[in-house]
Amino acid sequence: MFFRPAFRLVQDGTNFKFMKGRFAGLIVSAILSTASIVLFFHPGLNLGIDFAGGIKMEVLTPGPADFNAIRTALAQAGLHEPLVQQFGGPQNVAIRLQATPSEAATQKVVATVRAALETVQPGTRIEKTDAVGASVSAELFQDGMLALGLSLLMILVYIWFRFEWQFAVGAVVTLILDVTKAIGFLALTRFDFDLVMVGAILTIIGYSTNDKVVVYDRMRENLRKYKTMPLRELIDLSINETLNRTLGTSMTLFLASLPLALFGGSSLSGFAWTMLFGIVVGTSSSIFIAAPILLFLGEKQLRRDIAVPTDPARAKR
Amino acid sequence: MMYFSRLKTAFVLGVCLLGALLCLPNAINAPADWLPWNKIHLGLDLRGGSYLLLEVDMGTVVRERLDGLADASRTALRTAKVERYVITPQPDQDRILIKLGDASQIDAARVAITPLGVNANGTNDLEFSDLGGGQLAATLSAPGLKARATQAVEQSIEIVRRRIDETGVVDPQISRQGDSRIVVQLPGIEDPDRIKQLLGKTARMTFRLTDENANMNSPVPPPGVDFLPMENAPGQKIAVRRRVEVDGANLTDARAGQNSQTGEWVVNFTFDSIGTRRFADISSRNVGHPFAIVLDDKVISAPVIREAITGGRGQISGRFDARSATDLSVLLRAGALPAPLTVVEERSVGPELGADSIRAGALALGAGLLCVMVYMGVFYGLFGWFANIALVANLVLMMAILSLFEATLTLPGMAGILLTLGMAVDANILINERIREEAHNGRTALSAMETGFKRAFSTIIDSNATAFLAHVMLFFFGAGPVRGFAVTITVGIATSMFTATMLARLLMVRWFVKHRPQTLPV
Repeated sequence: MFFRPAFRLVQDGTNFKFMKGRFAGLIVSAILSTASIVLFFHPGLNLGIDFAGGIKMEVLTPGPADFNAIRTALAQAGLHEPLVQQFGGPQNVAIRLQATPSEAATQKVVATVRAALETVQPGTRIEKTDAVGASVSAELFQDGMLALGLSLLMILVYIWFRFEWQFAVGAVVTLILDVTKAIGFLALTRFDFDLVMVGAILTIIGYSTNDKVVVYDRMRENLRKYKTMPLRELIDLSINETLNRTLGTSMTLFLASLPLALFGGSSLSGFAWTMLFGIVVGTSSSIFIAAPILLFLGEKQLRRDIAVPTDPARAKR
Repeated sequence: MMYFSRLKTAFVLGVCLLGALLCLPNAINAPADWLPWNKIHLGLDLRGGSYLLLEVDMGTVVRERLDGLADASRTALRTAKVERYVITPQPDQDRILIKLGDASQIDAARVAITPLGVNANGTNDLEFSDLGGGQLAATLSAPGLKARATQAVEQSIEIVRRRIDETGVVDPQISRQGDSRIVVQLPGIEDPDRIKQLLGKTARMTFRLTDENANMNSPVPPPGVDFLPMENAPGQKIAVRRRVEVDGANLTDARAGQNSQTGEWVVNFTFDSIGTRRFADISSRNVGHPFAIVLDDKVISAPVIREAITGGRGQISGRFDARSATDLSVLLRAGALPAPLTVVEERSVGPELGADSIRAGALALGAGLLCVMVYMGVFYGLFGWFANIALVANLVLMMAILSLFEATLTLPGMAGILLTLGMAVDANILINERIREEAHNGRTALSAMETGFKRAFSTIIDSNATAFLAHVMLFFFGAGPVRGFAVTITVGIATSMFTATMLARLLMVRWFVKHRPQTLPV
């Protein structure tokens, strides 16, 4: 362990025929992504207050929380559809209230909740308050989506510059499929979709691209090295050669995120679970989605492009 | 790739050492004042506190400017001997409309009003358009509006700062955001209610005369008079003249105190010289009549003037308790806001929850680091441990850069650090796998390392560049909590490029040169 590697994830010289499973891979991915899109519309994402606006409070009651009394008190205070939930221990209560059209009214609601809690269970401590007005949440949502869209664009441009266009299309199509699945995961788990979650999705995109780039890099190298090998075999070879690295990096990222999911507390565990899901999806999509797309797009062209050694500029690229 | 000159070795080690030094301020206090002692700040979500985003009501700013402009225009037209005119402010169109009885006087009106648009920079904010039929529109120009907005926000920031300083909050941070917003950060304040109350008042105080003859039952007040509600007697109204005799801006001081005879809480105030003169003047002319002290369109009290008040001192009594008297005196001392403020976003975290978050974050960070290091050691042996040393150095360099820029570490930021740990070793994995492959292909140990480094390098650049770009976008366009995440991860990617390709390589090369092994432990 201290000098020589103790284990290998995958034995060397594997020769899995990944491209045989290309249709199975694409079909499974298509089904999952379609299901995710359905989930996106129904039941839809559970928008956190960053994006939906409204109020979220986390309170700690002195004894075990009396949920019914709290609900009644909030309803009596005239608050619209209060959502009162337990999280963590029996004394931890999360209260979520919908946004009011005017910002000033939102602020009044915060005060009303404080007062109501004080009458029901005196000594209740409000540990956390997030109140986001309607106009701010709309802006935050716009900014978040803008960041997401622009990063996808930047990645597309970068890969387009560094690789042939078939690679770029393959990568971006795969990324879009990855993102839809992550969104399906969010819709299914009911994790709050908020700004931090946009960060998680972006990191998934970043990681997944990274993974594709490494596999593509090897394909590009092999295209030059084995000038006559059919593309299908070549893709299989490249994936097999990089398998240890692909799985190794996803393992380290997985291991880094796992403690966060387990001990990260309420605000970060959703983020971490989404990351874990994204790592699995991103790793498998490099093999089963991005590579087959490249095979379909480049079966003739990529071979021909590289097989012409008289064009040095092209070969170099 | 396998050769490190002395200079290069010194550089790599020097950077790591410098990184460690830059981290020091986070652990110990500055030994001397002149040393730059930059540290990482803890975000409010970790140390506890309140974040408020306030919006300046620009509608009011524009409306008040137009009202003022309309008043001044009337005077100007009168002076210019323009006869028969009606001036209406139209705030929704940022303009005032002047209807002239005599359409031929339109140029005279324009000439009379033009000087009113001159601002502090000497440029003119007004744009005139002749709407025909003797109607002239004076519109506030876009730069003029912007200048007004900027001025209103700057002024508001100043007033907000003064009000918050009065409450004794330690180390508040108040800054401008965008065109019309103000960010207020209050470390250690768990319940920002009192601050919100203080900031929620415009606190424009005026001293005005009352109209004792007005019929309070008539639906519309007589011209020049408002029916204003009493602050401490709900439902009760009082007829107050619109004309402001003395403005709160003429106060120099206000203090809460107790009336020596009744023990009642009062606010004592002092006027400046202009205020003193005006107050002496109206009080001497109106002995025996009541005057009203009006705060934000509510009458605090309406005492009867018993004798002329010439000393420039006065007392407001309005059924205060200790806290409301103190709050009013704070508001009066700090001055009036140019426009109302609304809290559009609030995030408060109690100190206990913040401490819990730090603990949870540190636990996750420690466990994550341990998992990754054990994994690297088990699966990559010696070179894996070199990668682990580089990983720790990466953590140190990240902290160093965050300290240098005095960045704020938030909970999502901690998540970013953790993810960086997972991603940073990717470069080492790429290098190790490549070296292993080259060795299996029959290269000698030296040649395998040489080619392994070289071939892995372009892949490392490609894979890091995409992740880097994605997070830079997130930093520029993301807001609030997610920016902290973007910062740590961007910095982490940058430093990991250095530690994984330079430091880990240096260690591997040093080891190789010393032992000259025939086979590599890969």
